[in-house]
This record gives sequence, structure tokens and C-alpha cells, in this order.
Amino acid sequence: MSPVQESGEIFALQRAGEYLQFTVIAPAVAMTAKPGQFVAVAVGGDNSAMMLRRAFALYSATPGGDFAGTIQFVVAEHGAGTRWLMQRQTGERLDIVGPLGTPFPLPSGPVGAVLVGGGYGTAPLVPLAAALKEQGSPVEFVVGAATSSRLFGEMAAKRAAGIVTVTTEDGSSGTKGLVTDVLPDAIARVGAEVVYACGPMGMLRAVNDVARAHAIHAQVAVEESMACGIGVCMTCVLPVIGDDGRSRFVRSCVDGPIFDGARVRWDDVGTLPPDLVGADAMGGH
Amino acid sequence: MSDMTATLGSLTLPNPVLTASGCAAAGRELHQFFDVAELGAIVTKSIMVEPRSGRATPRMAETPSGMLNSIGLQGPGIDSFIANDLAWLHEHGARTVVSIAGGHTDDYVALTRKLNGHPAVAALEVNISCPNVENRGLVFACDAIASSRVIGAVRRAAHPDTPVLAKLSPDVTDIVHIARACADAGADGFSLINTALGIVIDTETLRPALAGVTGGLSGPAIRPIAVRCVWQVHHAFPHLPILGMGGIRSGLDALQFILAGAAAVSVGTAVFGDPTAPIRVLRELEAALDERRFGSLAEAVGYAHLTPEQRAARNVA
Repeated sequence: MSPVQESGEIFALQRAGEYLQFTVIAPAVAMTAKPGQFVAVAVGGDNSAMMLRRAFALYSATPGGDFAGTIQFVVAEHGAGTRWLMQRQTGERLDIVGPLGTPFPLPSGPVGAVLVGGGYGTAPLVPLAAALKEQGSPVEFVVGAATSSRLFGEMAAKRAAGIVTVTTEDGSSGTKGLVTDVLPDAIARVGAEVVYACGPMGMLRAVNDVARAHAIHAQVAVEESMACGIGVCMTCVLPVIGDDGRSRFVRSCVDGPIFDGARVRWDDVGTLPPDLVGADAMGGH
Repeated sequence: MSDMTATLGSLTLPNPVLTASGCAAAGRELHQFFDVAELGAIVTKSIMVEPRSGRATPRMAETPSGMLNSIGLQGPGIDSFIANDLAWLHEHGARTVVSIAGGHTDDYVALTRKLNGHPAVAALEVNISCPNVENRGLVFACDAIASSRVIGAVRRAAHPDTPVLAKLSPDVTDIVHIARACADAGADGFSLINTALGIVIDTETLRPALAGVTGGLSGPAIRPIAVRCVWQVHHAFPHLPILGMGGIRSGLDALQFILAGAAAVSVGTAVFGDPTAPIRVLRELEAALDERRFGSLAEAVGYAHLTPEQRAARNVA
């Protein structure tokens, strides 16, 4: 479905550790959004000096029922734009474009899955867990962060999947260590054939390595710096191997943010690999 | 209602608001938000002869009222562009200004020949803010002789009815000097301005924020520079049409360019923050002209240059 631009009223704001969870009335976005898709939110108000939208993975999109027409997303403070968002009050309006990007691909039948969330990366995995459970897939969560105040959604993950393993790097909550320390056990328990992950690039790469070692699939949601979010500006590209076996810079906003981890050229992110389609034409520029 | 018809040399457009090269891809993505045929024209991202990967990331840094980018003209190459992008634009009734780019004069000629006769091509915008491979990478647009060579070659190769617009860089000592070289070489008009060269340093990594080190600055931050360039070039060549651009995000921003001498405008970086910006700017510009009692867009072009006597004469006409 095509994205829409919508002015949405902030219905509720909820603190969650270092994060702020937004519930916004945006019925046109909520109508078609699927787990893994994101919204792009304008920041700074009219005549803002910040020209670019900020992208947030959808935590929920509710087309019907008691909270019909609402969406939820989670904001972490990274800079001036997200700081402006953290200062919003309920009743104010946000300029939202969405739903954007590709949803998480669902297996065709019941398949064991482990969902790995780093920090607020857990957000889009919660509705995914619900969708997987609905089709009869056994699901476990692994959620991790540097410290307990940067965890998000452990309770929601538990409600959605039943079993959640928590890790923190400083040991302030759950097992001390990284998500990848506990991932192999979770894969074994659930008989997983796929790992879904959302979080920082380093974590996604490490999760992909674990999935490869177990010879199972990894579907990862990347968070790349983007200007437009709708496929125009070409700033959010990653080197990805295509169906034809050749690698190209592809846009993480429209060709992603969900990628098959085996297709991403993790070693080459941030470089120009010489075998990329069109790399030979870059001489002299 | 003011008559919004815009004329760029031999080209007549139903209205003066276009997209800007590199800020609309080839129209498809923005068509999700508005009908691409509603704009004066779509200006496509600069196309080169061969497919190009573009540069490594990071390619973008947000700056006060703007952004710095170094994409490196990632694109599919001219053959794929004609087969897919231009065909799509034609199918959807969009008038298209095709931006072409190259490293050699011959590249520009080859691109022009491939585009000749295509029914969707309303005009060519020649992006000469590219490094000239034959002159140690000096940007064509910073060198009057190189600019004039490219523009002359494109003008000779292009179909006589297709206007050729020279897109100039603001990063020169005297933009009128470069504009004159292009005019003498046969340019039918100008696109003003391309991005201004900048650098952002990342204070965490202590290195340039962009992988390409330098990038092009765009957005409202460069608007007064762009209006100044339009002013100077219109003053020097009042008979040559200008497509004005640089930080337009409202109808009043667009009106500044028109009053300074632009015959039409492109909305660029504003699209990244607001995908419907071009259509909104068009509506706002129309209202702004009405409010100021201009009977037509044409009456307002260059109006800020006129003396009271000239204004009175134009108002009577």
C-alpha cells in the first residue's frame, strides 16, 4: 500500500526507561501498516531549521477495536530532533508519513522463531510475535541493552511470546552479556528456523553470524541514516547481494528496512566495494 | 486567478513549479503523494552514460536549515533510464526536464543524442557541476571555457526545439561570467543554482561526517545566495529564462525567485521533509500572486528589478 501524509494528534505519551512511547491518532497510516514498517515524523514545528524527518519503527498499528486508528512508536533521544519530540505533550499534532518500507516476511506456515531486540529495537518485534503466534509458530524473545534503563518492551514481549530472555552488558537486569550470548540456547529450545532482529548494526551483524552458524535464516531490520524515507534521496543505501548474485547499493527505506541477513555485505557497509554494480564508473568523481 | 503559464524559452508549461534534480528521483515515489502531471515538470536526477554505484556512506548530514549530501550520482545509466524511468513519466503524462551529467564533453553529447526525439523530454538541464576528467577534475561549471564547450556541444547535438538549460554552480567568483560563456555557446536559459560546496566535521569521530569528505549544501540555508545568483544573471541577460532553485519551501520563497527574475522554480530539498511540498508551493504561489494583484505569473517575473516608471508601464500592459 502507498504511504500517506497525515497530521496526527498525540493521544498518549508514556515513559519507558530512557524512551518515550508515542500513541498517535493516525487512522490512514494505521489502516495498512504491517510489522517492520516505519513512519517518518517531521520535527521542530513550522519553519523548523531541521528539514529532515526522523524515522521510527512502528510498535503497533491498530486499524480496528477500542484504539482504532492509532499507531505507536518509541523515541530515543539522539539529538536536537528527537529531543524536540521528547518535549511534546498530549493533544499536540505531529506530521507523519507512513507506513514506509518493507514489512517482516512471514514464513508460509508454523516455523520456530527467535526475535532479538536491541534497546528500543524490540518495538517492531512485538507485533511480529503476535503475527507469528497467530499462524502457530513457536516464538521466543531475546531482548538486550547496555543497561536496564535502555531495555524496552520486556513485558509486552512476554505477553506476546511467553518466554523472554533479558541481557544487559552491565548486568543491571537479566543475564550479564550480549544478546548473542544467549541466542544459541533460545534457537535450540524453540527449534528456530529463523531469527528476526532489530537493533544497532553491530548487533544485527552478530545475530546474523549466529544464525549462519546454525544454518538458519536471519531477517534483520536496519536503522540507516536517511533524509527522505520514501526512496528519493539515496542517502540510506547498503551494499546488498541481489537475486542475480550481483551486489548493489540499495535503499534501506524502500528496499528495506527488513533485509535477509545473508544478503547484506556486512564487512563492506560504509565502503565502496569494487565489485558493486556501477562502481567501475566512479573513477574521476 | 492569475494566469500561471510559465515559459522557458520555446517551452510553455501550465505552471512554474518543478521538482529539482536529485530531489525527486524520476517521479515515481512522489506520485504516491500527488499526481506528477500536475506540476510544471519533473526534473529528473542527473543521468550519466553508464550505471553508477554512487559513493560510500555516510552520504548525508543535516545542517541548520539544510543538508549536506555526497551521493555521487548513483543511477542506472541512460539506457535503463530511457527504458524504465522516462517511459514511466511519459505514461503518466509528466512533462520532463532531463538532467544530464558527464565527465567528458563527449558524455554529454552521447546522452543528448540518446534523448533526442523522445516525446517525454520537454527540456535538457545540463549539470555541469561535475569534475572534468580532461582537466584534472576541475568542475566544468567553475571554468568558463569548459562550460561553454559542454553547452555548445549539447546545443548542437540536441533537437532544435528542445531548450538547453545550463545549471550553474554558485561556487564561482563571478556567476555572470560563466553565464555569459554559456549564453554565447547557445544556452537557451539557466538553472540557478546547484548546491554550494561544504564540509561537516563529526565532533565524535573527529573526521568529516561524509565519506566523500565534501558535499553539496542545499535547503533554505542557501536561499539568499540562490536569489542573488538569479538576480545577477537576470540583470545581465534579461531575455534568457531562468529556472530558479535553492531552498524553496513555501510559495513566498518561490515568489522571491520570480521577482528576482526566475521564469519558473524548482522545489528540491523541501521534498525530503514534506513530500507534497511542490504542490503546496504551487498553490501558495498562486495565492501570493493573486494577493499582490498580478494578473499573470509573467507580469511578476523580474518585477523586483523594475523602476517605478517601468512598474507602471508593466501594470498598464
